[in-house]
Amino acid sequence: MKIVVCIKQVPDTNEVKLDPVTNTLIREGVPSIINHDDKSGIEAALKLKEQVGGEVVVVCMGPKQADVALREALAMGCDKAMLVSAREFGGSDTYATAKIIAAALRKIGYDLVITGRQAIDGDTAQVGPQIAENLGIPQVSYVEGVEVLNESTLLVQRQYEDRYHMIEVKMPCLLTALTELGEPRYMTVKGIVEAYRQEIEVMDYEMLKDDLDIATIGLKGSPTNVYKSFTKQAKGAGTKLTELSPDEAVDAIINALQERHLV
Amino acid sequence: MSKDIYVVAEQRDAVIQKVSFELISEAKRLSMVTGEKVYAILAGAKGVAEDLGDFYRAGADGVIYVEDELLKEYTTEPYTKVVSEILLAKDPNIVLFGATSIGRDLAPRVAARIHTGLTADCTKLEILDWSPNQETEPEKLLYMTRPAFGGNIMATILCKEKRPQMATVRPGVMKREDIIAECGATPEGTKEEFKSTLKKEDMNVVIREVVKCKVQKTDIIEAKALISGGRGIGSPEAFSMLKELAELLEADISSSRANVDAGWIDRDRQVGQTGKTVRPSLYMACGISGAIQHVAGMEDSDYVIAINKNETAAIFDVADLGIVGDLKIIIPKLIEGLKRYKELNRC
Repeated sequence: MKIVVCIKQVPDTNEVKLDPVTNTLIREGVPSIINHDDKSGIEAALKLKEQVGGEVVVVCMGPKQADVALREALAMGCDKAMLVSAREFGGSDTYATAKIIAAALRKIGYDLVITGRQAIDGDTAQVGPQIAENLGIPQVSYVEGVEVLNESTLLVQRQYEDRYHMIEVKMPCLLTALTELGEPRYMTVKGIVEAYRQEIEVMDYEMLKDDLDIATIGLKGSPTNVYKSFTKQAKGAGTKLTELSPDEAVDAIINALQERHLV
Repeated sequence: MSKDIYVVAEQRDAVIQKVSFELISEAKRLSMVTGEKVYAILAGAKGVAEDLGDFYRAGADGVIYVEDELLKEYTTEPYTKVVSEILLAKDPNIVLFGATSIGRDLAPRVAARIHTGLTADCTKLEILDWSPNQETEPEKLLYMTRPAFGGNIMATILCKEKRPQMATVRPGVMKREDIIAECGATPEGTKEEFKSTLKKEDMNVVIREVVKCKVQKTDIIEAKALISGGRGIGSPEAFSMLKELAELLEADISSSRANVDAGWIDRDRQVGQTGKTVRPSLYMACGISGAIQHVAGMEDSDYVIAINKNETAAIFDVADLGIVGDLKIIIPKLIEGLKRYKELNRC
């Protein structure tokens, strides 16, 4: 079975801080990581390979620096890594990104494609389903469990707010992974050493252009554009009471609740 | 020319989800500016479109529905096909979906199929003028604002050329506002059955089993009041103290991410960027520091009371009433105080 896992390199948003003076994002020194859901996707792919054999290819679209994420995936045990990177791809929204990754996947070949449910920087959860649409294959999103039924069929546990579905789906198909799908394994020392010996193949615009319409990719080809971005305006602070005795504090709270008919 | 605003309604077991009505009301507000009509798309098994009163009350001018056994439980391809066919046939200007686990599966697939843009998890929608330069007559576009970077920044997105302009919106973000017709009559609307080309072969997966999760607890999104515990409550047992307080205020319990990750409370109680967005009348933050990710999920609450030991905690920046002090002393006293208050005011 050939499994391709699509990953994204993201800034660790838990580490992102606001500059208290300029109220802008401080990006310096913020570590880049493999997106959490994607990493669980890698774990699931490696487990499936251990069960039924095959190959796990990891794909990342991004700038050259994203090779660090790919090497981490290799060190976890993936067989092959591809970096999808070109100036023409920059500024793509989810619609355009899915077109590019789908073109790369057609070139690589796949039985099963796994993406994370969503990335922690953009939080859209759109690229996975849109890749599946471009490839014309079924998708199952919000996946928290997967097993191989036979050589062409998977049994997938798909989560909803108030229920889950056990779904049989034929390959080729695409799954979007939740972190519940599996605690990612650690890199091994041997894996790390080998990961840095391995070549990471770059798929650029030249390699994919026969399968891509330049009018549908990059900043210009994206249907949506960012009009402006801004830091959130904090709701104004109300009254802050310091140096109250606990009894005074209780009175203040009960008075406030009473005034607003909340008690 | 593309026109009108469509809302793709969501049903589970033929029960229309609240987010659908919230979106219809929001669409109604937008339609006042664009001068368009509001339509809901409803797909489900036979009988799903029997009673559409709530759609009209929430603001829909009409409902377009498809009834088919293949649409009983949600699966991607049949729903994508039906919704895409309707959108291609009707050519709307704007389409809204709930950012639920169904909406976030369906909307991107539909957007890719009908070749248009989609903006996820919007927290604000506005209709404003836009023109590429001064010579061009401005046109009205949907300005879609959403959080990114874990709520650290907001971005306003435009879909300038492709139609429809599509967005998903989380449950609880928009407000349902019912139209009160004269003499309490139900407002009227149109009802149209759409003939889809859906066929059995479109069902490309097999649902082996549907497992409903245990009794649904009250959803914190719908709570009128929330008592929320953060890392500062110190122990999982402290939640029983918060529960006692919650009962006195007819409130529910929620939490910051830290306590969920520590396993002190269920994940469905989590407020914040990776949890739920809530807007209760009262939000009492107990021992919550107020990380941006948390604030993103609660800042639209009507009234926020924060209790925290740390005078510089960020939660005080969004609190209407901030109490600097030890919640382990204040809350038991508050419980006593409220009991006394209720005793005195009983009539």
